[in-house]
Formats: sequence, structure tokens, C-alpha cells
Amino acid sequence: MKYHKVPPEILAIGLAFLLGIIVLLVTGYPPFRALGALFRGAFGSRNAIGQTLTQATPILFTSLSFLMAYRAGIFNIGVEGQFLIGAFVSAFLGVSLRQVPFPFGTLFSLFGGGLGGALYALFPALLKVYLGAHEVITTMMMSYIALYLTSYLVNYPFKASGWVAQTEPVAPSALLPKILPPTQLSLAFPIALFFALFVFWFLERTVPGFAIRAVGLNPEASENRGIPVRRYQILAFVLSGFVAGVGGGGEILGVHGRFVDGFSPGYGWDGIAVSLVGRLHPLGCVLASLLFGMLRAGGMTMTRTTKVPLDLSLLIQSFVILLVAAPYFVRFLFARRRSREG
Amino acid sequence: MYLGLVINLSLFQAMVRMATPILFAALGGCLCERVGVVNIGLEGIMLTSAFFSVLVTYFTASPWLGFLGGLVSGIAWGCVIALLTVRFFGNQIVVGTGVNVFGLGFSAFLSQKIWGSRGASEAVQSFVPLQSLVLARIPYLGPVLNEHTFLVYLGFSLVLGLHLFLFHTPWGLRLRAVGENPQAADTAGVNVLRYKTFGVVVGSAIASLGGIFLSLAHLSFFAWGMTNGRGFIGLAAMIFGKWMPLGCFLSSLLFGFADALQMRLQALGILPPQIILLIPYVVTILVLSGFVGRAVPPARYEPYRKE
Repeated sequence: MKYHKVPPEILAIGLAFLLGIIVLLVTGYPPFRALGALFRGAFGSRNAIGQTLTQATPILFTSLSFLMAYRAGIFNIGVEGQFLIGAFVSAFLGVSLRQVPFPFGTLFSLFGGGLGGALYALFPALLKVYLGAHEVITTMMMSYIALYLTSYLVNYPFKASGWVAQTEPVAPSALLPKILPPTQLSLAFPIALFFALFVFWFLERTVPGFAIRAVGLNPEASENRGIPVRRYQILAFVLSGFVAGVGGGGEILGVHGRFVDGFSPGYGWDGIAVSLVGRLHPLGCVLASLLFGMLRAGGMTMTRTTKVPLDLSLLIQSFVILLVAAPYFVRFLFARRRSREG
Repeated sequence: MYLGLVINLSLFQAMVRMATPILFAALGGCLCERVGVVNIGLEGIMLTSAFFSVLVTYFTASPWLGFLGGLVSGIAWGCVIALLTVRFFGNQIVVGTGVNVFGLGFSAFLSQKIWGSRGASEAVQSFVPLQSLVLARIPYLGPVLNEHTFLVYLGFSLVLGLHLFLFHTPWGLRLRAVGENPQAADTAGVNVLRYKTFGVVVGSAIASLGGIFLSLAHLSFFAWGMTNGRGFIGLAAMIFGKWMPLGCFLSSLLFGFADALQMRLQALGILPPQIILLIPYVVTILVLSGFVGRAVPPARYEPYRKE
């Protein structure tokens, strides 16, 4: 078989599952029963597919967000922060806009979440462009600030009565309708798909999209060609934050119905990996987010039926991330095998 | 009235204790960045070593062997990170993210297998605080510095050792050169790959000491996600300390103070803990943006490809 024709991402995913099987064997769990349960839980029934798509939705948003900035040469690893701020703004608007009738209440809340994320991304964008602060560190720090800030807000000023740190429930007129009951799948998923198409169209078929890609590929040449580099870097950063914010809003309005403290298990961080597994292409992001969604959704079924800890999904994810990060390493592994066979 | 309850000698003693894991992370991150590798995975390295040190102690009943186990896991991570980022030019940020996800997933997976609980392990024997009669007699400073585990003093000595190594030995000079200008270092006959690998492996090993401290000295068991962002705070402390061991030390003390104060205030219910917890991150952003002194990394975060 000619391994060099297979994309390294596919090889990495294969290797990651192989490593997962090895971990299961070493720890004395039945590997094939466990993985069988995982796949059944992800694709085996109508409800399973609904769960997989539900889990894929937030990471599709965050991966698109990361991609958007990356194409302008910006490493926005603060997607998690923009996601959380967007989620909180959406929850706040959703609770406040009780008088606004259905489609508008939802739209306002969702759009408000996007704006919240965009505004939160504008800050590191300005710091990078005008003060030269490296965005990798500033956005990472801002993710933690967002985590503690939203946690403070739902623990103190906006806390609903009761023991749980969460806001009041969002008004029914501001919720995203569920599209596959009894699963949690909501309109957020088709919206995420629409965003994938939109990002694709924007980057490949519009003038600002072209300028953003040019800035990402070669800022000096773009500057010489008269493209205002700084402006497009800021634009890409803000759009990236917008997509993340809408993702946060979609999770609140579609799944939780309120902002619950610590509701995100790191969707923003997952987005970085998903984006890379998807070869930094919007449609690749769709496929890769389905893979990660499958691991999350299937993991729950696997734990229930085979007692294998849920964290196997996390382990396989980490293997995928580590291997995708270094495609030359994967190529190296398979290149050696080939030369030995031949 | 409240002030005496909050600010007293034991608060400063707690400051030194809480600064230690941050210090190890900062020193480890500093060494990695000095050779041009930004190590986002400190958090995962620390969590893994916190887990392994408890695991080994649990089966051997010796915290010293546990210490060794934790250290070995740190070195192993260093080798993997160096292999992926230095040897195979992998993306440093993504590798770091992978390390963090692995730390969380791996420790929870095995914790469930071995102790049947995802949340915490069984208690194990931990390191005992050392007491010095001489130190105890010094007013103010004595009680603050006394009665810590040996890891705290190891942290102090590492600050000095690393400073001497980086700035007063030929190897330190070469190591810094490899980060600042790999092409020039290569031309001068320095083995760039070897120095980069060395920096990453030793840096990761130092960071892993922070994990060992958390599970075998601060607590005496492993708890899910027990590093709780200290790897990232370590990176912040490193930047605030301008990539210098002595600077890392001072900023770790500052962030350790914030942590100790936060615990104290939380116990008394005076100020929301979240507000104090986010201060180090805000400070770091201000430093990076040049509002509080300028911070410029010593090396560009890119792999070196020999021409």
C-alpha cells in the first residue's frame, strides 16, 4: 500500500485508535467490545447520531473560529474565552429579552453572543497589532480571565436562587428549537454547517477573504502590494471571535437553556485540534468535528455498557492531537515500514 | 479587625508553599523558551507527574520512589515533546494542547481503573515538612521559611543553579545562543538539535517537580485536574519574570501570594475567589502589552531546519 498518498491526518487517526486499543489491552479491558460500544453509541441509532451531532456542534464552531484567524496568520488560542463570553452574553440576553417574540429573541441573543465574542477578540487583536503583544500568550491568558469572570458572574451577580451556580433559565422565545427529540440536537447544528459554508465562501470567493489569506501567507508582500495588513489582521481576529461567540450562544440556547458554571469541557481548546485535523479547511473542520463529537457521544455509551472509563475518548483525542501536530513524524513512521517491506 | 486574621505570618508561609509549584512550572517553561520552544503543555506534564508520583508511592509505600516516578514521567514527556517539535518540526502549540488533554484523560482513566474513582486516589504517604531550630529563631523570616518539605528548598536552589548555568557557564551561553539565533549558533559549531532537546527535556523535568509537589507535599493524594491552571500561571510568571530564573522566582512569590490570599479570603468569605484568581492573568497581559515594563521573548517559537 502506498502510504504517502494517504493524508497524514487519516494515518494519525488510525494510529490514535491503535494506541487506544493498546491502552485498553494493557489495562485489561476488552478493546474491541469497548470500541464497538463506542461506535454503536455514536452511530448505532437515530438517538446516537443525534448525540454525536450535538457534541460536534460546539467544536465545529470553535474550529471554524480558530481557522478564520489562522488563515490571517494569527494563532488565536483564546477561542475558549471568546466562546465563554459569547455564551454568557447570549444567556444574559436570552434571560432579559422576555418580551421579544420567538425568532427575534433567539436571533438577538445569538447575534449578541457573537458580538460579545468579537469584542473579546478585538482586545488581543489591538494589543497584537499596535503593541506587539504575542497573541498566543495574551489569548491564552484571556481564556482564563473569561473562565473566572463568567464563573464570578454566575456565582454572584447573576446567580439564580438555589445551590447550583447558574443563571435564570433563558426565555422560551429565545431558545433554539430542538430538531431531533428526544436528543439534544438543536437548530445550532444546521447553523454551524451554514457557518462552515459561509467561512468557505468568504475566504475563497470574496475580496476581503482573499486579502486575509494573502496577509496570512506573506504579510510583507501584502503590505508592499498596498493591502492594509493590520486592518485585515484585526478583521480576521474579530470574525474569529464572532464565530466562537455564536458557538457559545448556540450551546446555551440550544442545549443548556441557561449559563451553567463550567458547562464547557474545553470546547475552545478542542477546536484548535479539530481545525488541524480538518487540514485548516472549513469542510475538513466539519468532518473532524464529527470525529471528535463521535468520541464524546460514543464514549458515554461505552462507559455505560462496558465500564471502560469515559476518559478513553479523551486519551484517543490527545493521541490524534499529538500525531496531527507533527505530520513529519507520522510520515517517518510509515516511511520506515514501507522501506522494510520493500 | 479582619486584617489581622488575613495578613499574618502564616499567610506568608502559605505564600512560599503555593509559590513552589508555580516556580517549578516557570523555571521549566523558562528553559524551554530559552531554546525556542513554547511549552503550553506544562499543565499536562505536571498533572501526569502528580499522578505517577502518587501511583508509585501507592504501590511501593515510599514517597522517594514516587518522586522518582514523577520525575521519570516528566523526562519522558520532555523526550516526546522534543521528538515531535524539535526533531519533526511539529507545531508547538498543538503538541502542548495534546499534552494537556493527555494529562487529564490518562490520569482520570487510570485513576478509575486503580482506585475506582475518577475524582481522587486513596491517600498515600507524603513528604514531611523539615524543621530547623536555627531557622525558627530568626524573627519574621524564620517562621515563613521554616517547616516546608524539601521540594520547596529544592525550588530555591534550582533558581540559583539555573541562573548560574544560563549566565555563567559556556553551556548556558550556547543554550541561549541556540534560542536567540540558531543559524549563528549552528555556524559557530554548536549542535542546535542537541541543545534544543536538552532544554526541552530538562525544562519538562523541572516542571514535573511542580506536579510531584502538589500530590506528595501539598496534598497526599491525586485529585482530578489538581494542577488547576498552575502550568499556565507558571507561564505567566515566566513572562512577568522576563525569562530570567530570578525574575521567575519573584513573580512566582507574587502569584503564590495571590493564591494564598485567595484561599484565605475564600475561607473567610470576604471576596469572591474568582476575582483574585484572575489577577495573575490580567497582570501578564499588562506586562506583555508593555503597560508594566516591556516583555520580549528571548527566542522565536519556531523549529530550526538546517539548510
